[in-house]
Amino acid sequence: MAKTVAATGNEAVANALRQVNPDVSAAYPITPATDIMQRFTGFVSNGKVKTEMILVESEHSAMSGCIGASAGGGRVMTSTSSQGLALMWEMLFIASGLRLPIVMSIVNRALSAPLNIHGDHSDAMGARDSGWIQLWSENAQEAYDNTIQAFRIGEHMDIRLPVMVCLDGFIISHSIERIDYLEDEEVRNFVGEFRQVNPLLDIEHPVSYGPLILPDYYMEFRKAQEEVESKVSKVVSDVSKDFEKISGRKYRLFETYMLDDAEVGLVVLNSAAGTSKDVIDEFRNRGIKAGLLKPRLYRPFPYRETGEALKHLKAICVLDRADAFGGSYGPVFIDISTSLYPYREKPILINKIYGLGGRDYLPEHAELVLNELVEIAKTEKVTTIKEYIGVRG
Amino acid sequence: MANILTLKELSKKEVLISSGHRLCAGCGAPTIVKMVLLASDYPVIASNATGCLEVSTCISDYTAWKIPWIHSAFENAAATISGVETMYRSLKKQGKINKEIKFIAFGGDGGTYDIGLQSLSGAMERGHDMLYICYDNGAYMNTGIQRSSATPRGADTTTRPAGSVVPGKTEQRKDLTRIMAAHNIPYAAQASPSHWMDLMKKVKKALEIQGPKFMNIISPCNRGWRSRTDDSIMLSKLAVDTCYWPLYEVENGVTKITYRPKEKKPIVDFLKPQGRFKHLFKPENEGTIKKLQEDIDSEWERLQKEASIHAS
Repeated sequence: MAKTVAATGNEAVANALRQVNPDVSAAYPITPATDIMQRFTGFVSNGKVKTEMILVESEHSAMSGCIGASAGGGRVMTSTSSQGLALMWEMLFIASGLRLPIVMSIVNRALSAPLNIHGDHSDAMGARDSGWIQLWSENAQEAYDNTIQAFRIGEHMDIRLPVMVCLDGFIISHSIERIDYLEDEEVRNFVGEFRQVNPLLDIEHPVSYGPLILPDYYMEFRKAQEEVESKVSKVVSDVSKDFEKISGRKYRLFETYMLDDAEVGLVVLNSAAGTSKDVIDEFRNRGIKAGLLKPRLYRPFPYRETGEALKHLKAICVLDRADAFGGSYGPVFIDISTSLYPYREKPILINKIYGLGGRDYLPEHAELVLNELVEIAKTEKVTTIKEYIGVRG
Repeated sequence: MANILTLKELSKKEVLISSGHRLCAGCGAPTIVKMVLLASDYPVIASNATGCLEVSTCISDYTAWKIPWIHSAFENAAATISGVETMYRSLKKQGKINKEIKFIAFGGDGGTYDIGLQSLSGAMERGHDMLYICYDNGAYMNTGIQRSSATPRGADTTTRPAGSVVPGKTEQRKDLTRIMAAHNIPYAAQASPSHWMDLMKKVKKALEIQGPKFMNIISPCNRGWRSRTDDSIMLSKLAVDTCYWPLYEVENGVTKITYRPKEKKPIVDFLKPQGRFKHLFKPENEGTIKKLQEDIDSEWERLQKEASIHAS
């Protein structure tokens, strides 16, 4: 039986982690993720979970501790944001290379400099090619649901990979929303018992983790890892179906909204999708065929499925809450372009950079962009491919 | 059951780091690892910082380690083993493991004094039941003999080469053992492979103590020290006899010198056989040797005073 509550995104994630009840967590405080571990350590102090905490002196050690604990032979999680994720960067590749299914909540926040504690996607985008699975969440409900599913996905025997669950800093992490919680027992049964493959703590069967691999085998190792990545989509779909059975909530690789017959569309991650859907409703009321695609499994990116879902549109705007410096486009734009590249007939694409460092994304921004798309669809003329919106000057 | 530290008894024990690894002939590190593992009465799980010991003992598909072993990165052997140790406590509390297991991290001086100091300090402060062992060869030997904060004053390294205006390293080494003792951990010690009984006794004692322990062990490196491959034990003995590397322990705040050389030798005896100090014997570098001797004298005096306070 589900229980409906009013909770913040961080509270919902902390509750999911309590229900999953991992063996070990190593964590370090950072705004806006701090609240998750603060709440979780409250559960530890009051005997609500069996988890042993490692309250480390940095995020680098947080991920190192998670790696040691996971290789040791149990279920492990942590959470971070922004600079914390940046400091972990080295260890992210080691967690995925060692195939350790650690789950990490990423409360998305801008990167320094200049220092800014508010929500944007620069942090997770910087880690998008680290070999971790990335699930993105529009609201607190999705953050809660994705967190629970992340354990099943990462621990699946076909893949064994670490998973990041992303939610927008402050906008979702600190706002109170209506959420349906599953029962503790439902979650416990859903995630099941975790058995590590070749645990270090199996003293009778000594194993070596983290060897040196020279040019004679390194490439074969990487190829094998790439093959594992190719199996992730199916695992995510299967786990989502199982999750639907206990929650009634439907999850796919991405969400489509009014997309089937759409002529113009937005592609946007996380919380801005909610605002965008409202504006799309208004456009539909005015008879304009607008739609939306919101990626959920962002890494590994389901290029083929995404391309299939978008190929029939006339014009698309990809909204990026992070820029990819280097004279290029926003990271999501690059992926959407790639997904549409194989088609002879394809939509016209534009890219807007919005909401950096917690700048509000307002309905009028979505309106402005959709109006531009309608014009592009009509004239097939694009003035600027990439542009910052909601910005001075 | 308990391991008696006699050659006869030790010769019956299985050596848990196999031969056939790819460390250089005459390297101190594998000798130290062998002694450490032989001294343990318990099963051990080890972590290893990136470095000579790590790259040479586990090259896929081979491993020299007959115990569970993990390497993740350079600066985090302490944090990594703290994760394994915490998982052990979690699973033990849940009744999923009942064996007594000990946890040891191995790191070189680069991975311990420098890049890994924060990770080590954090793990010690958190009180994990672990022993951290630094094998100190006094430079970044794995990357090709670069200066570290453990490099002795005057030494020629590839990043502070002795030249016409720079006489090698111009600074005193960091006193890491003291820094670790200042964490008020139950046990911190210095050891040398030349005094194997002393070294193994310390390891044995450390593993009987609950909580975080640290041992700093001098590890001659003939490539970096520019010495002969068969001089490792002789050089580590000279390091002790010149009081460059005093053998002592700090147990629950009490400092004890575990070996006092009958006659304290001059530092030049330690410097002479090593090519890295060759330039110091030029007349213009006399001052550096003098300074090095002064560093050692004052440190030895301080240590003796500290030990005498506790002895009285």
